[in-house]
Amino acid sequence: MNVRSVLYAILIGALMLSLVGCTTVAPAAPAAEAPAGDQAAAPAAEMAGKTFEDLVVGYAQIGAESEWRTANTQSIKAEAERLGVELKFSDAQQKQENQIKAIRSFIAQQVDVIGVSPVVETGWETVFQEAKDAGIPLILVDRRAAVPEELYVTYLGSDFVEEGRRAGQAMADILGGEGKIVELVGTVGSAPANDRYSGFREAITEYPGMEIIASQSGDFTRAKGKEVMEAFLKSYGDEIDALYAHNDDMAIGAIQAIEEYGLKPGEDIKIVSVDAVRGAFEAMIEGKLNCTVECNPLLGPQFFDLALKVVNGEEVAKWVPSEEGVYFPEQAAELLPTRQY
Amino acid sequence: MTSQASWWERLRNNSLFWPLVALALVMGFNLLFTPNFFRLEIKDGHLFGSLVDVLNRGAPLMLMAIGLTAVIATAGVDLSVGAVAAICAAVATRLVGNVTDVTATPLPLVILVTLGVAILCGLWNGLLVSRANIQPMVATLVLMVAGRGIAQLITDGQIITVYYPPFFYFGAGYLLGLPFTLFIVAAVFLFAWLITRRTAIGLFVESVGTNASSSYYSGVNEKNIKLVAYVFCSFCAGIAGIIISSNVKSADANNVGLFMELDAILAVVIGGTLMSGGRFSLAGSVLGALLIQSVTTTIYAFGVPPEVVLVVKSLVVLFVVLLYSEPMKVALDKLARRKGVQA
Repeated sequence: MNVRSVLYAILIGALMLSLVGCTTVAPAAPAAEAPAGDQAAAPAAEMAGKTFEDLVVGYAQIGAESEWRTANTQSIKAEAERLGVELKFSDAQQKQENQIKAIRSFIAQQVDVIGVSPVVETGWETVFQEAKDAGIPLILVDRRAAVPEELYVTYLGSDFVEEGRRAGQAMADILGGEGKIVELVGTVGSAPANDRYSGFREAITEYPGMEIIASQSGDFTRAKGKEVMEAFLKSYGDEIDALYAHNDDMAIGAIQAIEEYGLKPGEDIKIVSVDAVRGAFEAMIEGKLNCTVECNPLLGPQFFDLALKVVNGEEVAKWVPSEEGVYFPEQAAELLPTRQY
Repeated sequence: MTSQASWWERLRNNSLFWPLVALALVMGFNLLFTPNFFRLEIKDGHLFGSLVDVLNRGAPLMLMAIGLTAVIATAGVDLSVGAVAAICAAVATRLVGNVTDVTATPLPLVILVTLGVAILCGLWNGLLVSRANIQPMVATLVLMVAGRGIAQLITDGQIITVYYPPFFYFGAGYLLGLPFTLFIVAAVFLFAWLITRRTAIGLFVESVGTNASSSYYSGVNEKNIKLVAYVFCSFCAGIAGIIISSNVKSADANNVGLFMELDAILAVVIGGTLMSGGRFSLAGSVLGALLIQSVTTTIYAFGVPPEVVLVVKSLVVLFVVLLYSEPMKVALDKLARRKGVQA
C-alpha cells in the first residue's frame, strides 16, 4: 500500500459519498487507510492483514467454449461468493484483445490479484509487464502463456503428463500388468494429447506385458472416437484387451462401437479415459467404463487460496498442479450426483 | 487400332470412370495390405465389416455431396452444409430430450421440424444468392459461421446426449441386414435423379450453371432454380445431421459436420462436376464421397500414425485430381494411342 493508493481510496470514497450519499461506502475509506497505517508502524503486521473479505480479484476468463469451461467459471464465481471475495469477472468470448482490455481495466481499478486463462499462448508480454509495473500479481489458471517466468507469480493448472501416468497406472492395475491396448489420441498437436500420450507410455514401461498395438487420433469427439474404434475392432478384433482414450467423449463413442461389434465394453475390453465428466460416471455405473482420471475444472477454491497467499507475500511454487482424483466404478453411483460438470 | 482407341476414349469420357479407378486403387491397396478389410460376416442378423463401415460412415458425406452437386451445377457453392448439419443435429436432439426411453416430442414430428429447419436454412442461403445477388461463397459463409453459433445456442454450448432408442435407428439401425443409412441415401439419390433426369429441371440447372443470363432470356426462371438447389442442398445436410446425431446418440454443436463442407465439395469435384457449373453427375459425387470415406477408413484400418493422416489424405486427393487435369489427359491419350499402334 503506497501513499498514492490510499489517497485514491479516500478520494473515491469521498466522491462517492458526495455523489450518492450512500452510507455503506463510508467505512470503506478508513478500512483502506488502516493497513497503510499499520505498515508504517510495523511492516510485519501487513502479512496477516489481508483476509478473503478485503481481497479484490480480477479474473479474465476465456469464454464459455465447453462444458469444462462453464464448470470452471461457475466454480470461480461460486467460491468468490462463498468466501466474500470481491470478484471482477470478465468473459473474453475467445478473443485475446478482450482479455487484454480486461486486464488493463483491472490494473486501472487497482485490484489485488489478477487471474487469467490465456486464450492463446503468445502476445502477452506487454500487458503482463503493465500489471507487474503496477505491482499487481498475476496468476495463470488452466493455460500457460509463453512469457518469461518473472511476469507471472504462479501457474495453477492440470499436469497432463501426470494424468497420462495415472491412467497408465490404473490400466496396469486393471489388466494385471498384461494386455494389448489400443489408444484413442486427442487432437493431434494439442498439449493434453501430447502429454497424456507420453505420460501413459511412461507409466506402462514398467510392465513389459503391456503393449500398445494401435494408436490413432479421435479428435476428442464422440463421432471420431466411435469411427476409429470401429476400424480398430475390424483390424484387431478380439486381440484388443483394453482401450485408453484421451478423453471421456471418445471413450463414450468407442463404447458404442464395441457394443455394436458384439463385445462387452468394460469386460471384454477394459476402458480407461481422462476428464471425469458426468457421462463417464454414467458409463461407469452401467459397468461400461473401468476408470476415469480427473481433469479438474473446479479450480475456484485453489485459486483464491493462492491469491490470498500471494497478496500476503507468502512464497508459492511457480506451478501449482490442480487437485485431481482417479475414479473407479465402485464410487461412481455415489459420486454422480456431486459431479458439477 | 481405331476400335481400341475409341473404346478407351468412350470409357475415359464417362464421368464415372476416374472415381471408379481411384476407388479400385484404394480397394486394391486394401486387398494387399489390410487383409481384414474385405471380411464380411453376419452379426446379430446384419452384415458386418469394414466395407459396411465405409458405406455407413460415408452416408452423411454422400448426402451432402448429392445436395452440393445441385448447387455446384448452378455455378454456386454451399459452404454451410456442415453448420446446417450441426443445427439440425442440435434441433433433433433437443426435441428428443434427454430422458431415458422417452421422447419429449413424437419422433415423426422431430424429423419434420428438423427438416423444416434445414429447409429454412436453405431458403436463407438461396434468397441471399438468388435475390440479393450475393456471391455464393460469401452468402453461404454467413451461415457457415453463424450456423455453428446457432447450434451452440440451441444446445447451450453443451453436448446433448439422448437416451431414446428409436431415435438411434436412423444412424445405427439395420434394415434387411444392411445399414438403414444406406436406404436413406438411396432414397435421396433416387429422388434427386428422378427430378433432374426424368424432368426438365436437370436441364434447367445445367443451363443456369452454364450461362445464367442466357437461361433467363430463354425463359428459365434462373432465380428460382438456384433457390431450389440451395434448399435441396440444406435439406440433404439436415438429413446428414440427423444421421450423425443418431449414430453417436448425442449432438456436439462444436463438432457435428465440422469441415465436412470441404470433404463434400471435394467429393463433388472428384465426381466430375466442375466448380464452374453446368454438367453434373450425381452418381459421380456419391462415388467421390465413397472414395473419401474409403481412404479415411483405410487409414484407420492400416494404422497410419495420426500425425501424418492429413498428409496421406491430401496425397491421395492430389493424385485423383491430377488424373483429371488436361495435360494428364493428353499424356494418357498418347499412351493409349501408342499401345493401339503396337497392338
